[in-house]
Amino acid sequence: MRSLIAEDYVTPEGEFVINMGPQHPSTHGVLHLKLWLNGETVNKVEPHLGYIHRSIEKMSENLSYRNFIFATSRMDYLAAHINNEACALTVEKGLGIEAPPRAKYVRTIISELTRLSSHQLWWGCTGLDLGAVTPFFYAFREREAIMEIMEETCGARLTQNYMVPGGLMVDIHPNFQKRVKEVLTLIKKNFNEYDEILTGNVIFENRTKEVGYLSKEDAISYGVTGPTARASGVSCDIRKWFPYSAYDQVQFNEILDTGGDCYARYMVRMHEMRESVSIIEQLIDNIPEGDYQTKTKAVLKLPKGEFYQRVETPRGELGVYIVSDGAASPYRIKYRSPGFSNLSALPVMAKGGKIGDLVAIMATIDLVIPDIDR
Amino acid sequence: MFLKEYFGTIYKSVKSLLTGMKVTGYYFTHQKEILTEEYPDNRSTLKMFDRFRGEVIMPHNADNEHRCTGCQACEIACPNGTIKIITKQELMPDGKKKKRIDAFIYHLELCTMCNLCIVACPSDAIVMGQTFEHSVYDKKTLRKVLNKPGSKIMEGVE
Repeated sequence: MRSLIAEDYVTPEGEFVINMGPQHPSTHGVLHLKLWLNGETVNKVEPHLGYIHRSIEKMSENLSYRNFIFATSRMDYLAAHINNEACALTVEKGLGIEAPPRAKYVRTIISELTRLSSHQLWWGCTGLDLGAVTPFFYAFREREAIMEIMEETCGARLTQNYMVPGGLMVDIHPNFQKRVKEVLTLIKKNFNEYDEILTGNVIFENRTKEVGYLSKEDAISYGVTGPTARASGVSCDIRKWFPYSAYDQVQFNEILDTGGDCYARYMVRMHEMRESVSIIEQLIDNIPEGDYQTKTKAVLKLPKGEFYQRVETPRGELGVYIVSDGAASPYRIKYRSPGFSNLSALPVMAKGGKIGDLVAIMATIDLVIPDIDR
Repeated sequence: MFLKEYFGTIYKSVKSLLTGMKVTGYYFTHQKEILTEEYPDNRSTLKMFDRFRGEVIMPHNADNEHRCTGCQACEIACPNGTIKIITKQELMPDGKKKKRIDAFIYHLELCTMCNLCIVACPSDAIVMGQTFEHSVYDKKTLRKVLNKPGSKIMEGVE
């Protein structure tokens, strides 16, 4: 093996080439970024992927339409329920059935709880990345309460697998409504603490304001979705544009900001948490009685054709595309994951900034690496 | 103008610092609001939820009887190949031969606790147990035979 020489890490223009990750503590997992640096200024960023590729898409081709859903919990593990729901909705679309109203309401409530818990983890980690360790513990206080609801009703904290094609796997726990109301009270009480401890902090504001600017045009051309795009003024909330489950029966605002910088992305997520609370409040008392599952055949077979369903995860638009040839397992599955597209805009945002800003940008895009690699 | 801005920044910094410290100070002085539990010490009071998915178990009654008919619905439903059922033909008193389970082999090391086998079981023979402390020194001990030695099927379960 040849030893490294100066040309390997210094370009002819005098830029240093440095690898950030794949085991770097602030890259949230195994993200490998190759940086071209001029001093501390980032000239170019190149994300390298593939460190946590498990070929979930290929694996799903050998599993039946009931079984492939569990694997999607491992894609975006912070929003496992929403991934499961997307797959269940796609299979339902193919079968031409619809979940009963009770299942739709419960799905929406758990989706919003998932969004809350994901945003809370993101809030804690953003503080952690920018040097504030304390928010992490405050975020986990509310997150733990949500996790307990998941554990009681779904049976697992993170990889719930509560969705089956046609509805829910089992009915909700008798304590579900009571617990959700308790958690909402707790969260509403503690929102002020979030703002007091991080949002108004001068160090935090200086590190996020006018850092990592993403213009509206760039956001559209790179296919950025979710809060990252909404902070640049792109209206792209799937819950508003293409309502699924019970989102057409609730009133909520799509949070838009025009700042385009890290602070705008931060504020969009903070406001989204409040919207999620209001959505759950509208639904929790009105869960209709009735079946929690539509009767389906023992072996599910989708008709020949192509089916696509999109949902809004905490990170953006997740699309599930199934090609069926009429057999009991899918011919081809493709997931359009939000993280991959959002990451592709990172080089634009980071160009010209400092290394420290790169960490702030990564934190506010809210990257989940298994979602990018699948 | 410069001075005003300079001292304004200092005032804002100190104010935001104190606002943050107020929250942490509150929890520092109010010990009752601390929510963390120290795990191995709270083992005696720690109770998992009924639906918590820890591992697949096969309940037996007092007469060492289980409800598994050996239909292999769980084996088909499992996405990972965690369950393997070995069946045998047993001679009934009336001279007919019937399918009975010889060994219900469960690989805990492959299981993702997805609950699909429990849902698939037509005779409620398997349920999810609440144990979660699964770490062992030898991987071989994670391969479990769920039906107890000498057990037989419950009367009336088909």
